[in-house]
Amino acid sequence: MNILAKIFNASNGVHPPEHKLESTSLPIQKVAVPERLVLPLRQHIGNMPKVLVKVGDSVLKGQLLAEANGTVSAAVHAPTSGTVVAIDEQVIPHPSGLPDMCITLRPDGQERWVAHDAMDYRSMDRVELLRRLRQSGIVGLGGATFPTHLKLSPKGTHPVVTLVLNGAECEPFITCDDLLMRERAEEIVLGAQIIQSLLGAVECFIGIEDNKPEAAAAMKAACEKSGFAAEVGIVPTLYPSGDARQLIRLLTGKEVPADGRSTDIGIQCFNVATAQSVYRFFAHGETAVSRIVTITGNVARPGNYEALLGTSVDDLLKAAGGDLPNTDGYIMGGPMMGFTLPSSAVPMTKAMNCVIASTPGLFPPPAMEMPCIRCAACADVCPVSLQPQELYWFSKSNNLEKALEYNLQDCIECGCCTYVCPSHIPLVQYYRYAKSESIAQERAQTAADQARVRNDNRLARIEREKQERAQRNALRTAKADTGGDADKQAAIQAAMERAKAQKEGVTPQNTENLSPAVQAEIAGIDALRGDMTSTAPTTETNS
Amino acid sequence: MKYSPFFTSNTSVSIVMLKVLLALVPGIIVYVWAFGSGILVNLIIGSVVALLAEASVLQIRRRPVLPFLLDGSALVTAWLLALALPPLAPWWLIVVGIIFAIVIAKHLYGGLGQNPFNPAMIGYAVLLISFPAVMTLWPAPLSLTAAKLSFLDQWQYIFSRTLPIGVGMDAMSSATPLDYLKTQLTMSHSMEQIWQAPFFGHWAGKGGEMVAAAYLLGGLYLVQQKIISWHIPTAFLGTLALMAGLFHFINPGHFAPPTLHLFAGASMLCAFFIATDPVSGPTTPNGKLIFAAGIAVLTWLIRTYGGYPDGVAFAVLLMNICVPLIDAKTQPRVFGHNS
Repeated sequence: MNILAKIFNASNGVHPPEHKLESTSLPIQKVAVPERLVLPLRQHIGNMPKVLVKVGDSVLKGQLLAEANGTVSAAVHAPTSGTVVAIDEQVIPHPSGLPDMCITLRPDGQERWVAHDAMDYRSMDRVELLRRLRQSGIVGLGGATFPTHLKLSPKGTHPVVTLVLNGAECEPFITCDDLLMRERAEEIVLGAQIIQSLLGAVECFIGIEDNKPEAAAAMKAACEKSGFAAEVGIVPTLYPSGDARQLIRLLTGKEVPADGRSTDIGIQCFNVATAQSVYRFFAHGETAVSRIVTITGNVARPGNYEALLGTSVDDLLKAAGGDLPNTDGYIMGGPMMGFTLPSSAVPMTKAMNCVIASTPGLFPPPAMEMPCIRCAACADVCPVSLQPQELYWFSKSNNLEKALEYNLQDCIECGCCTYVCPSHIPLVQYYRYAKSESIAQERAQTAADQARVRNDNRLARIEREKQERAQRNALRTAKADTGGDADKQAAIQAAMERAKAQKEGVTPQNTENLSPAVQAEIAGIDALRGDMTSTAPTTETNS
Repeated sequence: MKYSPFFTSNTSVSIVMLKVLLALVPGIIVYVWAFGSGILVNLIIGSVVALLAEASVLQIRRRPVLPFLLDGSALVTAWLLALALPPLAPWWLIVVGIIFAIVIAKHLYGGLGQNPFNPAMIGYAVLLISFPAVMTLWPAPLSLTAAKLSFLDQWQYIFSRTLPIGVGMDAMSSATPLDYLKTQLTMSHSMEQIWQAPFFGHWAGKGGEMVAAAYLLGGLYLVQQKIISWHIPTAFLGTLALMAGLFHFINPGHFAPPTLHLFAGASMLCAFFIATDPVSGPTTPNGKLIFAAGIAVLTWLIRTYGGYPDGVAFAVLLMNICVPLIDAKTQPRVFGHNS
């Protein structure tokens, strides 16, 4: 019997205008199969999958096009039947605007499925089950796109006891999870049951924000109908309650350690749409071929659209009646954490939960940045209790060490601080910059350290070989000589002296009067150089 | 190219400062009702000089003038200093104070957001040390004076120090409760005797206590609007009441009751408008509590044992010095971290 879960003390956050009603008036609509599908190989966090098809191949719907490669990777399938027309680099929906490898498919319009069958997860061998899930292409659909099979086989020392189903959908504008819960609650609940069973969890919490009463009612009804003892937790509408760690605290009162994962405290969290995909996979053998995306903002028919993966944003906009005048760009994701699409020609990926056609009216250009007045409005709303005003000073002055000391790495980049700042400071940009800068520094440091160690080892080896050679020579001379021990000793001594003199005969350098910092830098560069010259011959002999 | 978040709440430094000014209005109205319109002259001179000083320095520093003038921070400094000065003080007093506050205490440290000390309190401290005589000459509440000055009379007095014929300054001025208390206690008079003075009202000075109550009202509006948090007013007033109450309980004849400390002098102004200056105060919740409690203790000590009748300005400045240390030592626990 499901009861309403207790909600633990509300965390901090902001409550921006919701803009949800625009896209919830229509039911989920199917988008027709487009003329061209572009499937980026990397639609998930992790390695690029290995392509199994070549240009010209005919493929069936659901057929494996690229298989998961390495531990963290996910497969890509044909969203419909058709012909592979290109395997090349194309612009993908990524903030960088850089192209990445994609498979382009020309659909034949027949939607012919590859053989696919239901699987009984209860009787299946666990290794085989995870292997199949690994090639199912299912990833977290909440936006993080982490391969689902990995989350179902956590490596932690703690057994997972609690499953948290994330239906909070806290970002403004996005309603795809809301509509999915309203219309397909039963599939979500059945998926949750499968996930709970695979995890060996004993309880399930479903978190939904209180601005989605229809979805919550549908989920409760679905739980009751299938006899699933999940607790539906109605959490207050407060961005970013849909962040997994925030939702876990709201529903269980437990905090995920900053340097760990939720599985460390026996909790695993899945998005509702991911649960539904897991159900479709086991009940129908369907791989990840489509998803539901909210098309909203300045379009004629804002709503939720179920489209094949790889459908272009242009086609999605067309399905939503096209955009209205004044549209000045497209945002993927919500307005708090989303990003501007490099072009509307990019394909829909597994990560795309929402596209907002923006206008200057909806998202006015930022006001002039004023100095920080230390009002700490940002600290009041920070969901992870950071002191954004301090991090701002440290980031701005490039004092990364201090920024890290004030836990910069715990920033979830939710943007609440920027949202409330009366001085209109783009705070979260400063943190993004400082974070990437500190990662770059760390990498450079590690590389320099490794190179230095390798160079030191190389020099030691050369020195050792030289010594050994000198000793061998000395011994040989001593043996050849019929003289007494004294002569032998003298010969060895002389050889050693020669070796020593050779070693000391290094010309003095013009860098000796420099500061220790500069010298260290030079040593690092020298080490890198030494590393290159020392590895070069090795590779030659290997080839 | 724009980056997330793509929209922000409708707030700005100007709105914050405007609300602070708005919250001062009830206090100003009661001030005029209780002591006459002289304070308005102070406010007008202060505002004009503050805006001129701000504009000139911005010009010299090659900063955009209009956006920074409109941020309202100069006006807040001007109003706070004007309300802290005696209403009928000569015009140059507030001019010197404001220029010192804006030019030296604020802009020489880098302008808005950079000043380590509360500019209004720097202005006040400079004036108190430099011109103690005019700084301690306060008008009596209107209910106690025979002569009533018109707005023009007061304007004339402030600019040319001339009064209408037949009116003397003695008839209009009076000691403030804290000042009177201090001098009387040094003459070994007991609290009961002191309290017989005509200018004492219910909790503190007649008129003054009403102004303080109006500041309290405005301050509660700021808390309700989330312009300030509850920490500083609560910790300041709470600690002040606790200190005063404790000593008054031990020796009621020698130590003033907590109500006097709360409603006399600049206590209410400090609790909601001065100590709550975000720029020169701490930002962490616990830091705010420590900071405000420190101001309260220092205020009580200066009032009770120091050389000046009121101690708010010096207490605030002394605690301003401690802000970086307080902030560093009161970092809240970050999500997912132990202790």
